[in-house]
Amino acid sequence: MSASITSGSTSSHATRPVRSGAELVISFLAGFIFSAGLVMSGLTQPEKVIGFLDIQQMFAGAFPGRWDASLGVVIGGAVVVTLVGFALTPYASARPWFGRSFSLPRHERIDARLVLGAVIFGLGWGLSGYCPGPALASLLTGQIDTVIFVMAMLPGMWLARKL
Amino acid sequence: MEAYSEALRGGILMGVASWILLAGAGRVSAVSTITSGVLTSRRQSSLWRWAFLIGLAGGGALFAWLLNAPHVPLRSSLMLVPAGFLVGFGTVLGSGCTSGHGVCGLGRRSQRSLLAVLIFLVTGVFTVLVVSLMPPAEWWASLVMEGLQWLFRR
Repeated sequence: MSASITSGSTSSHATRPVRSGAELVISFLAGFIFSAGLVMSGLTQPEKVIGFLDIQQMFAGAFPGRWDASLGVVIGGAVVVTLVGFALTPYASARPWFGRSFSLPRHERIDARLVLGAVIFGLGWGLSGYCPGPALASLLTGQIDTVIFVMAMLPGMWLARKL
Repeated sequence: MEAYSEALRGGILMGVASWILLAGAGRVSAVSTITSGVLTSRRQSSLWRWAFLIGLAGGGALFAWLLNAPHVPLRSSLMLVPAGFLVGFGTVLGSGCTSGHGVCGLGRRSQRSLLAVLIFLVTGVFTVLVVSLMPPAEWWASLVMEGLQWLFRR
């Protein structure tokens, strides 16, 4: 599964028209399949996440007790796939199937924003058992708690962007 | 072990989705980054983000229904509001969440993402620990009430 190779050109000047319709479809498909994985793995249930983070459960009875390692298994499974996929995708030299170019985050340095952001995120995540993906995946399921969470999340995101 | 097979299959699907987005559209499937991009970018350049999010939310609802996914609200709304805000703020400040740093960042062998993952995992564990050791909401409520009474008696 590799992106199509152009004639060695890496400039943003497109040598073929950007098929943005197809790009939208592929983006939708990715979100769709991602949501399937989230729901199937049980990560849309906050108690699965809390169950993983609750290390006290490891001591409820013989080790590993009642500890739920699901989150670790999910991320592990996902990372095995992305390790292979990202290694096979020549994003430095080619073009994606449908987009104009690869838009990957530049490797920025490790700074206070990263560390602080991760701590703050971890705090909210540990409090609720939700992170953006599962919350948005559950947004339309009629559960009011995910709606509340997302409505509180968006202003937080907006504020961080402004800083 | 059997319970984990669902988790593993779900995780693999998530990895495949990330791969599709990368190879197909050249983007990283970092939900927090995509969402915040929608909030702050121009409409035209955000169309793919909307497409992804609609797939995520629409698919999420569809699969929850198809797979009969249970949903037990775990935390009170009182806790969900500050938690949601913290998650929103933290994921944008730290440039990623479990899908961004966890699934994609680790897949790209990013040291930055590894650090972020370790930090938010440890923080999450610590937070759950502290919350479990804290007195229940009623205790805090009565404390606040006593404080207010004392204040108004002066």
